[in-house]
Amino acid sequence: MLASVDLRSALAGPFDIQVAAGECLAISGVSGSGKSLFLCMLADLDPNQGEVWLDGRPRSGMAAPAWRRLVAYAPAESGWWADGVAGHFPDLPAARALAARLGLKAGLVDGPVPRLSSGERQRLALARVLLRAAPVLLLDEPTGPLDQESVALAETLLRERLAAGTAIVMVTHDPAQAARLGQAHLVMRDGRLAPA
Amino acid sequence: MNPILLSPGDLAIAATLIVVDGAISVALGLRVHRQLAIAAVRMVVQLVFIGFVLARVFALASPPVTLAVVLLMMAVAGREVAARPEQGLVRWGNLRAGAAAVAFATGVTSVLALTTALRPQPWYDARYAIPLAGIVLGTVMSAASLALDHLLAGVVRERAAIEAQLCLGATIRQAMGGLVRAAIRRGLLPVINQMSAAGLVTLPGIMTGQILAGLPPMEAVKYQILLMFLLSGGAGLGAVAVVFLAARQLTDARHRLRLDRLAGR
Repeated sequence: MLASVDLRSALAGPFDIQVAAGECLAISGVSGSGKSLFLCMLADLDPNQGEVWLDGRPRSGMAAPAWRRLVAYAPAESGWWADGVAGHFPDLPAARALAARLGLKAGLVDGPVPRLSSGERQRLALARVLLRAAPVLLLDEPTGPLDQESVALAETLLRERLAAGTAIVMVTHDPAQAARLGQAHLVMRDGRLAPA
Repeated sequence: MNPILLSPGDLAIAATLIVVDGAISVALGLRVHRQLAIAAVRMVVQLVFIGFVLARVFALASPPVTLAVVLLMMAVAGREVAARPEQGLVRWGNLRAGAAAVAFATGVTSVLALTTALRPQPWYDARYAIPLAGIVLGTVMSAASLALDHLLAGVVRERAAIEAQLCLGATIRQAMGGLVRAAIRRGLLPVINQMSAAGLVTLPGIMTGQILAGLPPMEAVKYQILLMFLLSGGAGLGAVAVVFLAARQLTDARHRLRLDRLAGR
């Protein structure tokens, strides 16, 4: 169970949300309303006040890197720190297998990053965060630039993770996706969350 | 070894070369003769002034005055380091990092040289301390400003890559490690080039000056070697110090990348 208590910053909040293990909370809202900011605050990447609890353990009692290994965040714009795709995956066989399940061409994992299309980047970034096996995933438009077929493949993987007990907080612009995956659906307006 | 002393007349003869430059500028329409004249006058006035100040400071032989002169030189160098990058850390962050790094690197290398290799009596004799600090400062300044510029430009350019690592649980040290190393390397490049080219491409200025002043070439060479080691040590310490001090301001206890502490200008 992930729970935020009075989580806020100068720009957004307060946020009090609860997401149980195996549940997906879908968040929608217009651009600039604070959706990504909220995920950043949960991951403790932006300065914020308040507390976040994971299974009864407070975030403030943990080093930030340890927290982010439990509450892993995939931003909408993926970042790449090595020249080769393989440099981003500690377990290459697992990465190749997961890439194949996301409909990616074989060999992509062993190629260079600059040659990836935006859709390939998006899916590899999703594979990267899924392979960390964190109990909580914060996903910012994980299927944003993907075609319908690839979206279906990605959602199948996400559903498997949910069934295995992973909690997901997902920003999505697609109301149908929110309905398909989300047990709860909230809308962000001017830095505050409200029921959809 | 009797140095050949220069008379004002000797300098006046050399100054005719500036007139030649001016004539070239007029003849070819380069329109730099005004700038040339101003620069030449500035150079003479500034150097005569410095010569006068140094003569007074050497004569005073007062440790507090020597220290004040060195600190003033360090402050100017720190300001130069801070002003180079397009990005600035808030709350005078560039200046604090630049001045601290320059003072640290110059202080350590100069004191080391004065107390071991050169050993004037006393070791803080202004005649040795001020010129030595000056030449070390020049190199430290260029190393620190290149390193700081590389770090601050890189942290903006590589923001997504750094944050992607943080998102997956990397420490800020791991996430910024590549950039920090690249910035320090950038600061060290000029001094490495300088050492590689020394004697082959150029005769270093200090050595040339000492040979012209009458010192035997081997003695001048030994001085130059000592100096190159001091300069590379100073460059390394300066680059490392400025990069660590600036990188520390770009993060916080929660391992965040704090680009909000960076302001363009």
